[in-house]
Amino acid sequence: MANLTVDFLGIKLNNPLVLASGVLGTSPAVMERCAREGVGAVTSKSAGTEARDGHANPVALAWQGGVINAIGLTNPGCHAELPILIETKKRLKPLGVPLFASIFAPRLEDFGEVARVIAEAEPDLIEVNISCPNVASDFGTPFSATAKSAAEVTREVRRAVKIPISVKLAPNVYNLGEIARAVVAEGADAITAINTVPGMLIDAYAARPVLKNTTGGLSGPTIKPVALRAVWEISQVVDVPIIGTGGISSGIDAAEMIMAGAALVGVGSALVNGGPAVFGKINTELQEFMRSQGYQDLESMRGLVHRRANDTV
Amino acid sequence: MTQCNHGLMQAFKLVKKVQENEKTTTMWLDGNLENATPGQYVMAWLPDVGEKPFSLHSATPLALTICAVGPVSRAITALNSGDTLWIRGPLGKGFSLTGKKHLLVGGGYGAAPLSYLADEALKRGDQVVTCLGAASAKDLMLIDELTRLGATVHVTTDDGSFGTQGLVTAVVLEQIETDKPDCLYACGPTGMLMALWDICQAHKIPVQLSFEALTRCGLGLCGACELDETLCARLGLPSGWLVCHDGPVARLNLQN
Repeated sequence: MANLTVDFLGIKLNNPLVLASGVLGTSPAVMERCAREGVGAVTSKSAGTEARDGHANPVALAWQGGVINAIGLTNPGCHAELPILIETKKRLKPLGVPLFASIFAPRLEDFGEVARVIAEAEPDLIEVNISCPNVASDFGTPFSATAKSAAEVTREVRRAVKIPISVKLAPNVYNLGEIARAVVAEGADAITAINTVPGMLIDAYAARPVLKNTTGGLSGPTIKPVALRAVWEISQVVDVPIIGTGGISSGIDAAEMIMAGAALVGVGSALVNGGPAVFGKINTELQEFMRSQGYQDLESMRGLVHRRANDTV
Repeated sequence: MTQCNHGLMQAFKLVKKVQENEKTTTMWLDGNLENATPGQYVMAWLPDVGEKPFSLHSATPLALTICAVGPVSRAITALNSGDTLWIRGPLGKGFSLTGKKHLLVGGGYGAAPLSYLADEALKRGDQVVTCLGAASAKDLMLIDELTRLGATVHVTTDDGSFGTQGLVTAVVLEQIETDKPDCLYACGPTGMLMALWDICQAHKIPVQLSFEALTRCGLGLCGACELDETLCARLGLPSGWLVCHDGPVARLNLQN
């Protein structure tokens, strides 16, 4: 049996799969369910300064390329999120599954406070969501848009908490490497890449956008190549571990993401087919792939496309 | 009916409206919903208004029985023949007919999915008994349709304005003691469903309960429709059971 365990910033995971933020991270019960189905770590739904209902329906649709959503950062606010995280952490601990807590904030100066509140739950990692594409109407341009704003947020959170932090980046920039370097320079322990890709669907018969929010974030198989490229690029310019997220729905997908340079692999939209049981399926497929190809552990696959590329130069 | 290019929403034209009671209308549409089973649901969308989940009244042709309780359901039930309604689905897991003697229970507008289920069972030559409960006579629906299909129908109202006065669970209990069904199927308020669960436990009857929940994504992703954890524990469902994806029908005790 190939070894799927990972040491991620000193945190032990049974396997590299992470429940991506925004999918079923809403309660201790659903996060525990994902843990029991074999996920390596769970990420809670992003919490901000105060409660948000999110957008009105339609908020999400499955189309032939995957999923498009504009949920709109529905959350109870960081103070109400705290007991959810404390209870979740209590339930996940005996299962050996770490808890990553996602946070966001409307303004730069709020990030530190949200991080401080959430840190009281002692999550294993705080993921800083600066790249949700669906709240521009409320909050303006995402902080992930420039190296300067991404770095400023990272600095705020880094000053506020000692817990490891991962900054979640957007793919729709031309200087992803520069942004990655900037957040690492300000103390990010890891990078999560990527958030959903901005997109929209139009119903020609209705002559309307389908989502109530007009535009949304694409996820699922259609964005896998975008995510692979982003992880590949980031892993060339920084030394911190990467949580590679975007379009992963099979063991082969996970292997590809690890070969691009990811330490961990986020899974979200794949739950649309079969629910949380997808984690067990992906792990089994990953084991089978590694066995058939002679990989003993994840380290022997990690970043392999870089090494191969260097060999041929 | 028009298949949209991205395969998400299907645009149906309204053919006929049947007023079921003061607030409830069955909307008959101009096409079939393929691969549907009774108890599944669809998301119905009106551009510029919104999108809500509704159980299937019929799949061939597609019909939805909609109680006008909010802005979206009011707008949909106000449509006229020839107007367009957009549908995505079928979604979720529906009822699964078990055995030959079926007891169907509907509370209020929870009766909506039952005539589709009754029709499927009666087509197999099975026995169908239906118990419908409502607050008052004006809240009842589908009695004539279920009777016409060939189901035996018992009715209760809280205020005694129609049928037997009292809760539907009392009539269900009588029915079970008179002629024990192979399986009970129910849709309605959570309190009614849990009372039926207790009755079925006591009488060792398999039971399938259709829950209602705030449904946002309809895909099992957003977590909005999670069934209360204490209910999950009572029903033996995994914690974090999602009404939109794991349900809306919880098939319970089928092995007993």
